[in-house]
Amino acid sequence: MLVELRFHGRGGQGAVTAANILASAAVLEGLYAQAFPYFGAERRGAPVEAYARISDRPIERHSQVREPDVVVVLDPEIPKIVDVARGLKPGGKIVFNSPSAPLNSEELAARSWCVNATRIARELGLVVSGWPVVNTAMLGALVKATGILSLDSVVKAIKDYFKGKGRLGELNAEAAVEAYKQAAPCPH
Amino acid sequence: MTVMTLTGNYAVAYAVKLARVQVISAYPITPQTTIVEKLSEMVDTGELKAKMVRVESEHAALATVFGAASAGARAFTATASHGLLYMHEVVWWAAASRIPLVMAVVARAIGPPWNIHVDHQDIFDQRDTGWIISVAQENQEVLDLTLQAFRISEDPRVYLPMMVGLDGFILSHTMAPVDVPDQEEVDDWLPPRRQPYYIAPETGVVMGNIVPDDDYYMLRYSMQKAMEQAKKVIEEVDREYGKRFGRSYGGLVECTLCDDADYYIVITGSWAGEAKEAARKLREEGYRVGVARIRFIRPWPGEMVRELAARAKGLVVFDRAISFGSKGPLFLDVAATAYGLTSMRGVIGGLGGSDVTADDIAGVVRDFVGEVEEKGSVYEPLYWLFPAKYRGKFEAKEVVA
Repeated sequence: MLVELRFHGRGGQGAVTAANILASAAVLEGLYAQAFPYFGAERRGAPVEAYARISDRPIERHSQVREPDVVVVLDPEIPKIVDVARGLKPGGKIVFNSPSAPLNSEELAARSWCVNATRIARELGLVVSGWPVVNTAMLGALVKATGILSLDSVVKAIKDYFKGKGRLGELNAEAAVEAYKQAAPCPH
Repeated sequence: MTVMTLTGNYAVAYAVKLARVQVISAYPITPQTTIVEKLSEMVDTGELKAKMVRVESEHAALATVFGAASAGARAFTATASHGLLYMHEVVWWAAASRIPLVMAVVARAIGPPWNIHVDHQDIFDQRDTGWIISVAQENQEVLDLTLQAFRISEDPRVYLPMMVGLDGFILSHTMAPVDVPDQEEVDDWLPPRRQPYYIAPETGVVMGNIVPDDDYYMLRYSMQKAMEQAKKVIEEVDREYGKRFGRSYGGLVECTLCDDADYYIVITGSWAGEAKEAARKLREEGYRVGVARIRFIRPWPGEMVRELAARAKGLVVFDRAISFGSKGPLFLDVAATAYGLTSMRGVIGGLGGSDVTADDIAGVVRDFVGEVEEKGSVYEPLYWLFPAKYRGKFEAKEVVA
């Protein structure tokens, strides 16, 4: 089993952190994992990508993820400027932070999952410099949509990541749990 | 032991901490910086009791740890690319003074044009300096090699400094699970540094002074002898480490799928992962392909390469660097070792971080096997595996002698 994932977000939105936490969660389940940023110059607000691989065997490949099984989109505006379905495997899923799939393709929309992570983050007060922090919520939605890992592992990995940072661990874990509850196939 | 999800750079930092390094000095450069950032944090919190010396350049950084090591301290630095070029003079000083120390080199292309991504040009630029030079494939191996580097470098049969190479971004900034041993286990395995001579106020030691030419010659000869000894030490340390920590890599060369192989991919660094994937795929198609991953560029594992060549129908050597006007540096060593024994192709790929997939590698090997089977014998020292978007627009096979 090898699952390859691509995260789309904006610089500063936490796509790389989401990939890292996901990899840690996989390791907690005794799986092998990799997480890496797009190797380029990143600027706050500009579209960015991050990647993860999860496998039950040691992962040998290090080349770029070209044909992801799962795509996670942290910002609903990103699909207007980036082809988020690029290379997506047949049957692969897209998980959107959006109330509905921001796509023209019916076929892709039919295998997309939606969650309003922005609302969840705002309600929990997870806002930094005016930006809702949606990455941890999106991890909850991701595991609901794909079942690749358990919600428990994701919650534990989030708490580990925020260890020593006060209530942030609890709040981010709650965001993931809430998103897990709310995520559903996109309405169409 | 604890399994942590770490970047390659953090794996270096944890190994340095476990080795109880006493003096660290470095100058920031992408993609190395997070190694010394992490180490600074560890020193700041008291987790690591070491002296962190801030300096104005890489030249000064290596000079500082060279000085500290000459005074008997366990010392460490890290750099990449232009930083490594800038310290090049001191790289020679450390080795020819026979002072053990360890440096992580996060492999990165050399500019201009500016590029922060992986290739091996910076590492191969140090090839002849008298350092032991290793290159890792995975983050776990980065930690293991860094720990082993202190044992190898400080072994009285060796007394040469050692570089641990790890591919920029592909390892340095990629998180992966790493088994981090307990401090007590490492303490038990890695004794405190011992040195027969060191600089101290009360002892007079002259280092690097002018010597008669004939003695200079003999000192160079002794460095070569130490390199030969290092081969044995590297194998020993790898075996002992395996017994203690459960991981062995085969010493100087890690051979995968080699038992019944007719053809071998010879490669070093993280893209050996893609090579192994390619070999498995090719085996499903009926090609008997193995992967000889060169873990140590210096000392050169000539014996193993010669042994493989003697029973191979062909070798495909992948270089992520080039000696302009000649060939890939890894190919040059392979050819010098195995010329006349078997067919060879020297491939240049992945310069400046240009992405290479398992399919790319499989394609080159398939094509090579076809040619060998057709012609009987092939010698192609320069084959360009161009980036995907330029493929077919230039001649891949260059006729050179």
